[in-house]
Amino acid sequence: MGVLKTGSGFWSALVWVATLLGSFLIIWLFARAGETSYKRGTAQTDPFLSGNPPAPGERVTASHIYWGFVEALKGYYQPLVRAHTGVVNDYLAWAVLTGAIVFALLGGFLR
Amino acid sequence: MDILAHAPILVVGVPLLGAFATPLIARAGARARNWFTILILLFTTALAIALAVSVFQSGPRIYVLGGPSYGFTLPSGYFFPIRIILEVDGLSAFFALIIAVTTLLGAIYSTSFIQAHSGLDKYYALLLLLAAGMFGMVVTGDAFNFFVFLEITSIAATGLVAFRTGWTESSEAAFKMMVLYNIGGLFVLLAVAILYGQYGALNFAYLATLIKYSLLDVVALALFVLALAMKAGAVPMHMWVPDAYPAAPAPITMVMVANTQIGLYGLYRICFTLYGLKLTPALVGWIVIILGILSIFIGVSMAVIQRDLKRLIAYSGIAQIGYMLLGVGVGLAVLGTPALDSYGLMAMKGGIFHIVNHALYEGLLFLAAGAISYRTGTRNLDQLGGLAHNMKWTAIFFIIGGAAIAGLPPFNGFASKLIIYESVFKFNPILAVIALLASILTLAIYARAFQSAFVGPRLPAYAHEDRSSRSTASRSADKDLREAPPSMMFAMAILAVLVVLFGLFPDLVVKYLVTPAAQALVNQGQYIEAILGAGLGVR
Repeated sequence: MGVLKTGSGFWSALVWVATLLGSFLIIWLFARAGETSYKRGTAQTDPFLSGNPPAPGERVTASHIYWGFVEALKGYYQPLVRAHTGVVNDYLAWAVLTGAIVFALLGGFLR
Repeated sequence: MDILAHAPILVVGVPLLGAFATPLIARAGARARNWFTILILLFTTALAIALAVSVFQSGPRIYVLGGPSYGFTLPSGYFFPIRIILEVDGLSAFFALIIAVTTLLGAIYSTSFIQAHSGLDKYYALLLLLAAGMFGMVVTGDAFNFFVFLEITSIAATGLVAFRTGWTESSEAAFKMMVLYNIGGLFVLLAVAILYGQYGALNFAYLATLIKYSLLDVVALALFVLALAMKAGAVPMHMWVPDAYPAAPAPITMVMVANTQIGLYGLYRICFTLYGLKLTPALVGWIVIILGILSIFIGVSMAVIQRDLKRLIAYSGIAQIGYMLLGVGVGLAVLGTPALDSYGLMAMKGGIFHIVNHALYEGLLFLAAGAISYRTGTRNLDQLGGLAHNMKWTAIFFIIGGAAIAGLPPFNGFASKLIIYESVFKFNPILAVIALLASILTLAIYARAFQSAFVGPRLPAYAHEDRSSRSTASRSADKDLREAPPSMMFAMAILAVLVVLFGLFPDLVVKYLVTPAAQALVNQGQYIEAILGAGLGVR
């Protein structure tokens, strides 16, 4: 039970979980042998910001994350976002366009 | 009365009658109405489970309406069915289970989530009506009935999306949905009319024996594909989805996920059962695959840039619809060839398995997003943060849902995606690579969503965990950040447990739920024979 045959191999989530737990055990053993003077909530745990003091009230929000990814792919994202106009007429236009292509393909008009 | 014998009509009739009885029951009070709705859906769920067990063990079940007996498909002297016939095969039963679970949990979640609104008699009536419509679509064996039930789901879903009339986005989204659903409904009606005009029949099984794949049949097929892909939210006809999902109340959004999946059911039923090998499987299969790949790519791309949590989940949900189209599309493309046994059937199983997984984890994510907006009053990820301090269980549920949708082991999304990757790779490696890359991006999207909403210090707006220092006069109840009410937590917990169990024991799900559904699709003859009977020729 728990072994899924995928056609090319198999997958057992139970074995995976057991392996994960074993890995956690090893990690815990390593951590246990580590630095004992570590204390939470002290200066030890403060983030190091290249020597700059942390700016109060500032935080990383959703808009900041992957900014570089989106900026680098601006050429892809700008037309994509523009296509999502929010106007129902455009939604229908896309449906009509898709319909025309499907008709042409199925009817053999593009062969 | 043998209830199980009448289960095919009862799964439609009970919620339908319940919908009309709800306003009457509501006269006895809100609690009576809520319990009535839950009990109706609980009974329907029990029926759906019993029906599924029966179908998975003994094959398709038929139910004739208006005949001398419910098993009497061919009247004396006729060679074709003339009455409305319900037919429940493995695929129908599979979808019936999804509908039953999502509507039941949606009703339970609603009892707390929506209680502050007025007009709840209509809300619960529409929810039951939507359930009846969806059940009707998957159990009917009649093309015109299919259209009627499609319209019922459209009307009920539109009403539910527009339910919060005070929100402008609800009315706007409902209007867009109404326009697109109506256009889609008319396409289906036109397709049914074309088939009826040619063959004088409406029964799917009987029509399947008659279809010649003439030009008119091709037109009907194109109309079906277009309308049902639009209902399923496939790119590029997906744009109503990110409008409607966030605008609907969270439990309705979960039910809407099942409702869009019924579009997939219709698409599969039409392609495999109605047309079967008479269509050009490779061509139609590739059309479905291209719709799937577009959905995966565009859905996941758009999800990256969303700041509204529910809109983000909606876009990533579109990508997941793409996986379902991809898996089953590959099966369709190789239908009737040796490749079907080699990898096509497995690809279909992956696509079908992903449907039930998607209903569970996407439902869980929407309910978790609903719990967040219920407590914080916002879905804007830029305004959220640190919620895990006060909403630990919601955070855990969100992690489970996010990990499952991203295809992380050991959750259910991984098992179905693994089957899809491996089987699609054998068909075309590039398609598998695109699907895999989209999964990685999905993980990045949900890591960002989780980080933004749950991680970090408590934000001043939501940092009210210390009750002793609270100034109750300055803080309203809706600002009191804590876990959602028990009924909402219960619905999320059930979904989370199912996501984990389906991930830990995918072999059982594939064996008992998915394989009968996939076999029902490829075994067109079994569907036809259940109605027309072995040895009864067709004139």
